[in-house]
Amino acid sequence: MKRFAELYEALDSTTSTLAKVDALARYFREAPPADAAWALWVLTGRRLKRLLNVRQLVDWTRELTGIPDWMLSECYAVVGDLAETISVLLDTSQAAGPSDVPLSVWMAERIVPLRSLDGAAQRERVLQLWSGLSRQELFLVNKLLTGELRVGVSETLVIRALAQVAGLPAPVVAQRLMGEWTPSAELFAGVLGPGQAADDISRPYPFFLASPLEGDPAELGDRAEWLAEWKWDGIRGQLIRRAGRTFLWSRGEELIGERFPELLEAAARLPDGVVLDGEVMAYGEAEPLPFARLQRRIGRKTLTPRILEEAPAAFIAYDLLEQGGADARELPLSERRSRLEALLLGLHPRLFVSESLGEPTWEALAARRAESRARQVEGVMLKRLSSPYRSGRRRGDWWKWKIDPFQIDAVLLYAHPGNGRRANLFTDYTFALWHQGELVPVAKAYSGLSDREIADLDRWIRAHTRERFGPVRAVEPSQVFELHFEGIRASTRHKSGIAVRFPRIARWRTDKPAAEADTLDALRRLALGAEPETEGGAPPR
Amino acid sequence: MAELITVTPEGLSCAPGGFHIDPWLPVARAVLTHAHADHARPGSGAYLCARAGLEVARHRLPGARLEAVEYGERRRLGDVDLTLHPAGHVLGSAQVRLERRGEVWVVSGDYKRVADPTCAPFEPVRAHVLVTEATFGVPVFRWDPTDAVVKDILAWWEACRALGRPSVLFTHVLGKAQRILAELARWTSSRVFLHGAIAGMTDVYRAAGVTMLPTERVADAARGRDFAGELVLAPITARGTPWMRRFGDASQALASGFMRVRGERRRRTLERGFALSDHADWPALLGTVAETGASRVLVTHGYTAPFARTLRERGLEATELSTQFEGEPQA
Repeated sequence: MKRFAELYEALDSTTSTLAKVDALARYFREAPPADAAWALWVLTGRRLKRLLNVRQLVDWTRELTGIPDWMLSECYAVVGDLAETISVLLDTSQAAGPSDVPLSVWMAERIVPLRSLDGAAQRERVLQLWSGLSRQELFLVNKLLTGELRVGVSETLVIRALAQVAGLPAPVVAQRLMGEWTPSAELFAGVLGPGQAADDISRPYPFFLASPLEGDPAELGDRAEWLAEWKWDGIRGQLIRRAGRTFLWSRGEELIGERFPELLEAAARLPDGVVLDGEVMAYGEAEPLPFARLQRRIGRKTLTPRILEEAPAAFIAYDLLEQGGADARELPLSERRSRLEALLLGLHPRLFVSESLGEPTWEALAARRAESRARQVEGVMLKRLSSPYRSGRRRGDWWKWKIDPFQIDAVLLYAHPGNGRRANLFTDYTFALWHQGELVPVAKAYSGLSDREIADLDRWIRAHTRERFGPVRAVEPSQVFELHFEGIRASTRHKSGIAVRFPRIARWRTDKPAAEADTLDALRRLALGAEPETEGGAPPR
Repeated sequence: MAELITVTPEGLSCAPGGFHIDPWLPVARAVLTHAHADHARPGSGAYLCARAGLEVARHRLPGARLEAVEYGERRRLGDVDLTLHPAGHVLGSAQVRLERRGEVWVVSGDYKRVADPTCAPFEPVRAHVLVTEATFGVPVFRWDPTDAVVKDILAWWEACRALGRPSVLFTHVLGKAQRILAELARWTSSRVFLHGAIAGMTDVYRAAGVTMLPTERVADAARGRDFAGELVLAPITARGTPWMRRFGDASQALASGFMRVRGERRRRTLERGFALSDHADWPALLGTVAETGASRVLVTHGYTAPFARTLRERGLEATELSTQFEGEPQA
């Protein structure tokens, strides 16, 4: 654990990517392989599912410290991280001094077994684990217990460090880490080992992600060198058919096949040794259904015939990553695409290739893109026909050319403290619109402001608080912000009757008085204009 | 009976005594608890402060009419008997004790309870009503022993020296910088470089007889001098200015009680944070309130709401005052 704590400190105290990769590589080289496997597991964001109810950690902290609940909330608001809050509140003055139980022992013998204990036994065990730890150890152990050990390293950096240690190309290492695996010394050796390990047949490839196109697409050069397709609004997925079995992975690296039996059935018609990249969609006879319908399916453990009927799924294929059991990612997109078309032709109505938009010029394509909202897509994807299938978000070959968002001017009503590096700052905001002379909350948003603006707004909030609800502040309703969002739908859970999708702050409208902010009716009109879903009618625009 | 202290637009007012304590607008007569900028503002007709802090105040309020009293020396102002008592915050910092017809109020100013080699230790004073700060008035803030923090600073400096990097430690100009120099003097005799603003105040401390490490002004160093391995103390306002360029790839750290919280350090993209404060931590705030024996507490700044609520839950009469004091400024 000491070595891992040192790694954590090293990662936590620098913003230099190079220094982080160095620290990771040194750790992977020097740590015992079993520890390294667990470190890899937590640093790539994996967590122990259903380990314990995090709320219980708070209860036990209250019990040990005698700090009342309301004060625990205040403390959490100041610290912005539950594991850290607990570690600063518990008494660590009796710390036993540095012990050096390896990370793998901590995980496999102390933390994982908690899962099979009942509440009372868990309590006893965790209290025992807590006692005698230093504040730093307590912090790390709590991070492992809550499964939120983020330390400003992306999976890409971890992979880069591993690739350095193994002397392998990063994509090879990346693929070895995909999917579900159990940390062990053997596994770690396999990740670093030479050649092809006997790979798990369910293992997906790392996804290639597009970057947002900010400029004019004409800057990308000749239109003929690019494939254009709709940017579908579903769940990015990978469909794998190997050894007579089918697996459907989400981009979040979760197996989601059991939620989509019709897709597994369709994919069963594929030959063995095929991997497709595509979008899982709720899809009617000939057109996509709103994302909200798809959400209904994700949320359920059991699928009723009614849900299957209301939200029928389709897999719109973008790319071919493997064929005949061979990695096809290095082939140019034009070749992968024609193989994909040949493969899926007439195979199954629920499994088809994403339409290639044929407009021959950027101007014509721009005009087509204007149909996006009516077609319920998010815009247009542009992919270089000569490009290989890369991994991660690499700029240059794949661009997402999204449609302009909806916008509305709303009034700041409440402020909530943020988390992590925004702890103890008011960074989460609730915004409202006018309705019959009152301000009605419509959206929560936190991203979009610069650090400077956040600091200014934080100061303003502290000076203009009208009322406090624990750590939440109600502020003088005078500040107007331009909000951008992607979609609107009716919601029975919101007082306004409307929920907006991906709201974010575009601008602090210091030039605009609150009285001139938009109305709820204006938002509803936007909603009517955009969502045929509400009444099933045709899009009016 | 009328209140001894009320909040007016000018600041904390003691009407029966005809003066204000740390006013934020000019008044006829000001009593200073200490010379930090949010407490000692220019423009008032006359100032009264503790003798130990006279030169510090003179440095901060050049040209002001300053008068000093010894700690514990009684002054009659209007209807009120006033004495100043050490607050342990910075050199010459004071609590203000006010007595009228047997009723005693104490205004704590900013204070801490841990030992500080640069100033007299906090003296507990019995009071009926305590006016206190609450900069760190939530249980998150509990200080490690000063020695442990000072050793962390030394280890950081040492590690940077080994890598050939300068160490730039951001700190308060008044008080904390000199406290760090005095604490470090117990462990090393190396010279430390100072930003001009800190150097001026450090001269005042040295003249007052405070033992500190040898120092040199950054501005006096030869042009193009290499600061590799050196420790530099600077105010946080110097961060991101051209002045910093001479230190190249320096490791940057901040000494502040807020460094107890990881997120506070990370959003400033500092490599290190040292939780060293000249304010009372949570146990010290609660302990101090208890020691004064006050049954009524007015809370001036910091985490006023949760601190006052805690005191109420413990059976005291506690309310928040709305003041313009900042406590430990969050850079």
